[in-house]
Amino acid sequence: MKYDVAVIGGGPAGLAAAIEAHKNGAKVILIEREARLGGILKQCIHDGFGLVRFGKKLSGPEYAEIFIDEFRKENIEALLLTFVTNIKKLDEGFEISVVNRNGVRKLESKTLILATGCRERTAKQVSIHGTRPSGVFTAGTAQNFTNLLGELPVKKCVILGSGDIGLIMARRLTLEGAQVIGVYEAKPTPSGLTRNIHQCLHDYDIPLYLSHTVTKVFGDERLEAVEISAVDEKMNPVAGTEKIVECDGLILSVGLIPENELAESLGVKLDPKTKGPSCDGSLMTSVDGVFSCGNALHVNDLVDYVSESGEQAGRAAAKFSRAKRNRVALNAGKNMLYIVPQSIDTEADNAASTVYFRSREELGNCRLIIKCGEKTVFEKKYQFLRPPEMERITVDFSGVDSDITAEIEVAEK
Amino acid sequence: MSRLVCIVCPRGCTMEVTKNPDGSFEVTGNTCKRGRDFAITEQTMPMRTICSTAATAFPETPVIPVRVSSDIPKEKIFDVMKEINNTVVSERLGRGDTVIENVLGLGVDVIATSDVLKEEIK
Repeated sequence: MKYDVAVIGGGPAGLAAAIEAHKNGAKVILIEREARLGGILKQCIHDGFGLVRFGKKLSGPEYAEIFIDEFRKENIEALLLTFVTNIKKLDEGFEISVVNRNGVRKLESKTLILATGCRERTAKQVSIHGTRPSGVFTAGTAQNFTNLLGELPVKKCVILGSGDIGLIMARRLTLEGAQVIGVYEAKPTPSGLTRNIHQCLHDYDIPLYLSHTVTKVFGDERLEAVEISAVDEKMNPVAGTEKIVECDGLILSVGLIPENELAESLGVKLDPKTKGPSCDGSLMTSVDGVFSCGNALHVNDLVDYVSESGEQAGRAAAKFSRAKRNRVALNAGKNMLYIVPQSIDTEADNAASTVYFRSREELGNCRLIIKCGEKTVFEKKYQFLRPPEMERITVDFSGVDSDITAEIEVAEK
Repeated sequence: MSRLVCIVCPRGCTMEVTKNPDGSFEVTGNTCKRGRDFAITEQTMPMRTICSTAATAFPETPVIPVRVSSDIPKEKIFDVMKEINNTVVSERLGRGDTVIENVLGLGVDVIATSDVLKEEIK
């Protein structure tokens, strides 16, 4: 059986990609390792999803199920509880090895869409000293326990990191009767969206301590306490500021990293800035016929944009042909944390290219300028740019013929 | 005058509200009407949506996600949580179905936000 498009991952990016590829006439198969479609949205029971796309404040499951309903209505083929073990590049297309309850199987597809999402950084990646008791969870694991299994994992906890999931969990655990002592952030600015600082922390009088981190954990079987220290500008703990806080839970919300193990096995080039594949305007990676979308491409803060990038990849994969490509780089210049896509194929139609970017730091009163050589391709003024808030713009790249650079000029800091 | 951050959409505008002598409000910093409305309600009766889970009688799905059908007064959040936590869903309800009707007489329902219980029997 040969497919036109194989989508790996059944979260919001994969669902949108599969639906869009199908609507563009492709024979599609979606492969998901869990029993249910929906990805991480299954456990994101809070509202606020779909504001951009549907103009409504939906919960995660509601948002996901709109796509799942459509996916089913269109009768798109899906393999659930199925794990991709290997992907081999053929002369034309790819051979995908999968394993599930029916055993081992091989599929062939002309193109691949990697919608594998992202992973949370764990305690091991932030080097906390001390014992290794139970009670140390990533925010996502605590969310899984609370929202899917109905088990409150902590009674009295400390949250390290001010990422959005950590803030959401601070509120969620408080609502369920746990005590959240505080959210500690090593950086001098919060990582999560401003509105989440307000509706998740301020509304419930949960304190946020900036420039503070957890330096040690205590406890044999179960976590008994953590040591908190202030940190300097280089994020190194300041001696003499240590404070012991008793708690039975430490929840980590210390960043997300795009999951690209399969991409790397295919030789896909990654962008060290996004940690996702380096893509062109159609979201094709450096390997012909391999596309990337959603949080595997770069970590998004809004699911609406995850779906949008899924659709972009789905459309492009359905229309894939072995054409001649001429890619010019789209570089992230001064004051830019990253930009997606990382290149533009000058042979393609680039009249309305979707571009996502983040600033390197909090900037007020500034201007984004995209230039191809001396020629300004795009310009936009911003009152504020904050790294936690991704920006989306539509740019006309028609006629560009050499490398492009996007930079932010600041009038005041 | 009070300063607040809008939670209506991800833009998160910083706004300032001033109460005029005639009781009306002056809002600055908002970029849309919803922001202005939010700023004013925050001065009179702050409203919030709450989302949680309700226990079920089905062992494969011990809890289902729920939310209030529209905003409730902020001060009633924990009272509504108590009602949700005293509820056990014993029917296979789906997305949008009522779990608690007119919770605490607030004029809003607690509704299920997932079809997960229906999916099991498919």
